[in-house]
Amino acid sequence: MAQHDDSGTTAAAGSAVVRNEPASAKSGTAVIPSDAFENPGLPPHRLRATDLDPKTDRVAERRVYTLFFLSIVGSVFAVAAYVAFPITPGDTNSVRLNTVFLGLGISLGLLAIGIGAIYWSKNLMRGDELTECRHLTRGTEATRERAVEIFREGNQESGFGRRTLIRNSLIGALVAFPLPAVVLFRDLAPAADPVAQLEHTMWARGTRLAHDPTGVPIKAADVTIGSVFQVIPEGLNDKPDRLEQKAKAAVLLMRLKPEDLHVSPGRASWNYDGIVAYSKICTHVGCPVALYEQQTHHLLCPCHSSTFDVTNECAVIFGPAARPLPQLPIAVDSEGYLVAQSDFHEPVGPSFWERA
Amino acid sequence: MAKNNKPATPRSIGRRGRRHPLATIALITIGLVSTGGAYALFSSTASAQTSSVRTQASADEGKKLFAANCATCHGLSAEGVAGVGPSLYGVGAASVSFQVGTGRMPLANQGPQAEKKAVQFTDTQISSLAEYVASLSPGPAIPSSKYLQANGNASTGAELFRINCAMCHNVAGAGGALTEGKFAPSLSGVLPVHIYEAMITGPQSMPVFNDANLTPTQKADIITYLKYLDKNPSPGGFDLGNLGPVSEGLFIWIFGLGAIVAVTIWIAAKAN
Repeated sequence: MAQHDDSGTTAAAGSAVVRNEPASAKSGTAVIPSDAFENPGLPPHRLRATDLDPKTDRVAERRVYTLFFLSIVGSVFAVAAYVAFPITPGDTNSVRLNTVFLGLGISLGLLAIGIGAIYWSKNLMRGDELTECRHLTRGTEATRERAVEIFREGNQESGFGRRTLIRNSLIGALVAFPLPAVVLFRDLAPAADPVAQLEHTMWARGTRLAHDPTGVPIKAADVTIGSVFQVIPEGLNDKPDRLEQKAKAAVLLMRLKPEDLHVSPGRASWNYDGIVAYSKICTHVGCPVALYEQQTHHLLCPCHSSTFDVTNECAVIFGPAARPLPQLPIAVDSEGYLVAQSDFHEPVGPSFWERA
Repeated sequence: MAKNNKPATPRSIGRRGRRHPLATIALITIGLVSTGGAYALFSSTASAQTSSVRTQASADEGKKLFAANCATCHGLSAEGVAGVGPSLYGVGAASVSFQVGTGRMPLANQGPQAEKKAVQFTDTQISSLAEYVASLSPGPAIPSSKYLQANGNASTGAELFRINCAMCHNVAGAGGALTEGKFAPSLSGVLPVHIYEAMITGPQSMPVFNDANLTPTQKADIITYLKYLDKNPSPGGFDLGNLGPVSEGLFIWIFGLGAIVAVTIWIAAKAN
């Protein structure tokens, strides 16, 4: 126990240690320090009240089974409460009563089992500490030889190694068996090409920008400086798959002072007098980016705090998003309504494998 | 007697010299309560006195108040001071009513954003200020009281709130964090008139929601929803600030699991 390799070196590091080494010992020889750590062993076992007094033992036993019976009562009570306090549609108070009593019953049912088990193990089960040694993982030589022999016998009797055609056809059958499942699961994917669906949205040339959720088209004159509009394409509410379409086509419309915008050469015609439209779908994992700070012109994503600078074509200035938000090119039609010039020029939302 | 005296003398000295361990705490508590009580009494009487002074709201009165309280930052004729305070041309009576009526203005100190605090002026004085600022240049007016009765459609209001407001103010109006110390405040207990004015003026980080974006009726619906939230307690029990997984998770990890660990140790702790 006292022969730890490191005890000599740590003790030598300037500490005041009394060593009983002979003065003639050369440096580097094994040293047995006198203050080596000794295993203190287990503390002396103290008998519990239940070990000493049979009366206390009986009391403890009674408590444990009372707790288990209490658990049964709790479970039965939960079933009774579920029937006795039904949920009436439209009545929130009935929901509350139902939840409270059902919860009380179920928690009593579970809690009493737990408390009873802990009480049982602490008071009644064997109380002294003991050490159990693990047996070796490796079997004896005889067992190992016998195992190999069983395999060999099996091979001989079945002819698995000899009748190769049977063996190979079985392997082939087992490989082919899961194939129908693969085909079936493949069919759970979108029927149409998912890449095309991810690359394009509902926006097209001339689609009017409309209010979310009413679908009323927005006039350019309505958008005052400092405003933010939650936008959907006009006609979205009539689509059978409107939620899927909205998940891609949602747009945020803002008006800034035209001199605040830094427009890159190719996008000069994409805004209308300081009115800009950007995809609301975060390029990180697709949360709706809709926290707009009117004074700093920063757009925040509520999920991971990606921050986009609207004055700089929604460049990422903070957070995990990899790309700027795609801009929707807008114009004004003859009646003064805001319309899209085209779809987004790049896929909206998070990255995917086939994204160009 | 001599036998009795001997132990009694040191004990009586000890009693006189040492106070009860809780005596200091009790003394401090009494002191704090009496000071605080006296202050509350004094300040409430003081504010009662100021509000009893009534004058006619007028732009002239407002101009004087403006020169005395606002001109340092906003300029003598509300033209703004570069780098200090913005121009107030075109902000309208609604902005004044919101900023001064919620105590955000006059600003106490420079910071990430002006915070709600005790209102500095009487209602009449606020009306005078609003009238003066509105007389400088047209801007959003104080909303008509028919939209502030909270008797609209709460479920329409809830849908509009979720689409336009909930990302910053939280779906239950509990507020939320923005960047660099800015935050969207909690909306519980805010007066309908201030909610409406905030929507039409867009104070600080908040965008503007003009009448073409949210019609007055839709704004009234949103106010109805917020007032409905104020009046109706959460049916699920304690709402823990309506902050969602943050406060709920913290509660269950600390108090829920802590209680389970404590109870497990406590059960049969006296077995030996």
